[in-house]
Amino acid sequence: MGSLSIQNVKKSFGKVDVLKGIDLDVKDGEFVVFVGPSGCGKSTLLRIIAGLEDATSGTVQIDGKPVNDVPPAKRGIAMVFQTYALYPHLTVKNNMGLGLKQAGEAAAEIERRIGVASTMLSLEPYLERRPAELSGGQRQRVAIGRAVVREPKLFLFDEPLSNLDAALRVNTRLEIAELHRRLGATMIYVTHDQVEAMTLADKIVVLNAGRIEQVGAPMELYNNPANTFVAGFIGSPKMNFIDGARLGDTAKTIGVRPEHILVDPNKGDWKGVVIHAEHLGADTNLYLDTEKAGRITVRLFGEYAAEPGTTLYATPVNARTYRFDEAGRAIAR
Amino acid sequence: MSTATHSPARTFAAHAVLIAYTAIALFPVLLIVINSFKSRNAIFRSPLALPTPENFDLIGYATVLKQGDFFLYFQNSLIVTVVSLFLVLLFGAMAAFALSEYRFKGNTLMGLYLALGIMIPIRLGTVAILQLMVASGLVNTLTALILVYTAQGLPLAVFILSEFMKQVSDDLKNAGRIDGLSEYRIFFRLVLPLVRPAMATVAVFTMIPIWNDLWFPLILAPSEETKTVTLGAQIFIGQYVTNWNAVLAALSLAILPVLVLYVIFSRQLIRGITSGAVK
Ligand SMILES: Nc1ncnc2c1ncn2[C@@H]1O[C@H](COP(=O)(O)OP(=O)(O)O)[C@@H](O)[C@H]1O
Ligand SMILES: [Mg+2]
Repeated sequence: MGSLSIQNVKKSFGKVDVLKGIDLDVKDGEFVVFVGPSGCGKSTLLRIIAGLEDATSGTVQIDGKPVNDVPPAKRGIAMVFQTYALYPHLTVKNNMGLGLKQAGEAAAEIERRIGVASTMLSLEPYLERRPAELSGGQRQRVAIGRAVVREPKLFLFDEPLSNLDAALRVNTRLEIAELHRRLGATMIYVTHDQVEAMTLADKIVVLNAGRIEQVGAPMELYNNPANTFVAGFIGSPKMNFIDGARLGDTAKTIGVRPEHILVDPNKGDWKGVVIHAEHLGADTNLYLDTEKAGRITVRLFGEYAAEPGTTLYATPVNARTYRFDEAGRAIAR
Repeated sequence: MSTATHSPARTFAAHAVLIAYTAIALFPVLLIVINSFKSRNAIFRSPLALPTPENFDLIGYATVLKQGDFFLYFQNSLIVTVVSLFLVLLFGAMAAFALSEYRFKGNTLMGLYLALGIMIPIRLGTVAILQLMVASGLVNTLTALILVYTAQGLPLAVFILSEFMKQVSDDLKNAGRIDGLSEYRIFFRLVLPLVRPAMATVAVFTMIPIWNDLWFPLILAPSEETKTVTLGAQIFIGQYVTNWNAVLAALSLAILPVLVLYVIFSRQLIRGITSGAVK
């Protein structure tokens, strides 16, 4: 219950092709995250899955049945939006119950499900309040509750944490992860934030300009990026890309993650000068101008005393460098 | 916030401008009302003076209430205004929703077409409208006026409301669709309450010209049973003698209902604005 299959879905708005052929399979119970830069078509793909938007071509199947002609309310899905999208004139309780009422569910059953969801999300004290009387975090929990009471086969989240402040974002992220573990339902989650993607996903789908760049488990994408786009998108700070010719390598581009570079004050491969240092406590990010490799970022664990102007030698960990060809594709090691 | 925006000089200047504007806008109305309570001689001798115990006179009101069927005229005006207003708001909002919510071929063109009436006065079509009403047997009915006023009010209503409806959150409408609400429920229950301030604005702009209109009642419905207040008041304006007491009294009375409607809508307007600010 709750598998999803997308075959060659394309979407154009007038002359603009937003999705250029998406194929994807999601297994029952999986937590899949769509990640990609703003405007790459993540929300559009999610809306097509929900039935809020018609695909220009291609099919969407839920549980093996094509749903192209099924209205959103009948697809067995529930959706949580970035802007919460609560009904302003209804109380929290009625916000959660409206969909079930609309589907003709019995009052006692609606009551029971609202009870379960509000306990799960600690919403009991607010059931009689209107959305205007709640904080941002509480509103988003109500929106999640509204999805939970529908007991859907498929949960769809469209950047649900983007409007929350940093502390709440971490809390709500945990809550969503816990919800997935408890319900075991299939979830599709859209975000532009790679940290959310890495922490929540069983499987990440990296989208760029209307195409899927790579699909895989978080660590798979981190360890074996298929191309420069994925390599640059996953991981923070961003991977260093160095022109292969500068290093005397046959590959077009060499990629090294900032955390895979060692520094030493006296000896090493690349001599450089510290341009800027970010001291974060747990890590230190150094920006070096090197003679051989140009401007690179180095991430060191713990504290490291290095002020701008200091000369340092950087050495990449050879086993963890990536090589990319002319088209940006990874060259197998 | 810089303190400059709160400086007393600026506050004073702003208030002076607003008070001056209010005085200019209210002066004619005030003149009509105070003169309606004066005797005929006093109106001509000192038109700007307030009524005094010597020249206080309710003869105008007495004439108005005695003469003709003023209550009927009032009723006609109210029916025409309220029904037209309702139709303008309903159809205007529906058209605006369709234009702002659905993508279809010719959407922009349709929007421009519907807004054309803002620039072209409906009176240019009077002859054709009269022919139409004669042909359909609607002359001397309130229906004729209601139809014309609905057509007259729609362009501005569609124009203003579609701008506001574009700002209503897509996520909210989509949440409704996922919960299985019909497009009608989404329109009436989710979107309309959120554009209430805009509806109030449109209501005020639509209502006043309808209530004040003399042109179409005179041409389309001049019969005794269908006269509106503005037309009814004309009986006191003669070619040789004008009964100023009665005219001024009739006009003063005509202000009242429209004032009540205005207060209702403006309260909606203010409530809409403040509720948005608190959220
Ligand atoms: N209704 C629409 N009409 C025209 N273009 C749209 C519409 N919705 C989205 N787009 C375009 O599609 C692209 C992808 O949008 P979206 O899926 O919202 O991106 P994301 O969610 O990844 O940020 C954007 O360039 C956007 O301008
Ligand atoms: Mg989006």
